[in-house]
Amino acid sequence: MATFHFELVSPESLLISAEVDEVRLPGAEGEFQVLPGHAPVLALLGPGIVEVKGGEAGAKRIFIDGGFCDVSQKGCSVLAESAVDVAEAGPRIDAIIAEAEKDAQLLEHAPLDEANRRIATLRSVRALV
Amino acid sequence: MPSLKDLRVRIASVKATQKITKAMQLVAAAKLRRAQEAAVAARPYAARMASVLANLASSTVGDPDAPVLLTGRGEDKVHLLVVCTADRGLCGGFNTSIVRKAVADALSLTAAGKTVRFLCVGRKGYDILRRGYRNQIIDVIEYKGLRRIGFTQAQEVAQKVVGLFDTAEFDVATLYYAEFRSVISQKPTALQLIPAAPSELAQGEEATGAAGGDAVYEYEPEPAVILDALVPRNIAVQIFRALLENAASEQGARMTAMDNATRNAGEMIDRLTLEFNRTRQAQITKELIEIISGAEAL
Repeated sequence: MATFHFELVSPESLLISAEVDEVRLPGAEGEFQVLPGHAPVLALLGPGIVEVKGGEAGAKRIFIDGGFCDVSQKGCSVLAESAVDVAEAGPRIDAIIAEAEKDAQLLEHAPLDEANRRIATLRSVRALV
Repeated sequence: MPSLKDLRVRIASVKATQKITKAMQLVAAAKLRRAQEAAVAARPYAARMASVLANLASSTVGDPDAPVLLTGRGEDKVHLLVVCTADRGLCGGFNTSIVRKAVADALSLTAAGKTVRFLCVGRKGYDILRRGYRNQIIDVIEYKGLRRIGFTQAQEVAQKVVGLFDTAEFDVATLYYAEFRSVISQKPTALQLIPAAPSELAQGEEATGAAGGDAVYEYEPEPAVILDALVPRNIAVQIFRALLENAASEQGARMTAMDNATRNAGEMIDRLTLEFNRTRQAQITKELIEIISGAEAL
């Protein structure tokens, strides 16, 4: 099976750099999957779980708190705001939710709706962990 | 001529100082390794960010809706100099060299009729700058108690800078920090943050040009929306990189400075010991002469 190069980087470090079969990403406008030969895309990612399958890295699930994804012929790279392995992500997500809720109290109208949507997404991700 | 006791006290004190500088050198060496690793680990992210940004910027060239953070407001009356220094001293010329570069630029900007303001990140920069520029300093940010600088701190600084830009406090922001070359060489560097420096984007463009070809990108959501989210984040990333480079440079500078201090203390001990022995011998000789001449006089 064909593979492609996948990189996951957070500001602090390079977390994954390997050949993989398939990656599932939490896009800001819906989850999507990247397979070898995917068309070049630049997408905004929301908070969610990055799922990596196959290749050298083996199966991995990593929680990211938003970021960007750049798919080109060279491969796919994800720039995550912060990234934690799903197994250890529980407390981290709780902390992010708590902070988001605190921030939301100061907002109103459109930004508040957006913040609430974000919190809802985070909650549903938390349920999966 | 100092007495024997004075010399003995002096030697003991220099030895104590040497012990301290030696310990500081070792601590700096250990911290340097960690700081250097952190700085190296942060590089891929900053590099990717630059290439993605260049890619996006080229697709929105000439777009009047492009974010002002990227293109600027077309004015350059008020300059904000973000001066990143250490919170502690005893690291050679590290802090002064960064501040000196910032002040030199500030003077030439003032001479050109621009207004200059400072944002200090790090205690020592503030201590030096407040002597001559007290009224121009907007704020000071310190990380004294912190063991390790994280991305959150960089985001705080970035938020502050972007907030000031939004309230039209300045038109152009420049970041000053010391780039880590090696343990003995740290170069004070200026990096334009807002509007995003064209030279930096050009470099990124080469990188994508070589790697991705002329592939037409799809954007999800539209380029403008991505750019709106990406540009402020890029500022945070650049600040983060500067802080990490600074942390590594600081430890490198301290290590070199403390190595010099230890060596100087060693030389001083040698000199004092020699003087001590000479004085001791002279005293013995003098006593002998006194005894002999006393005996001869009888």
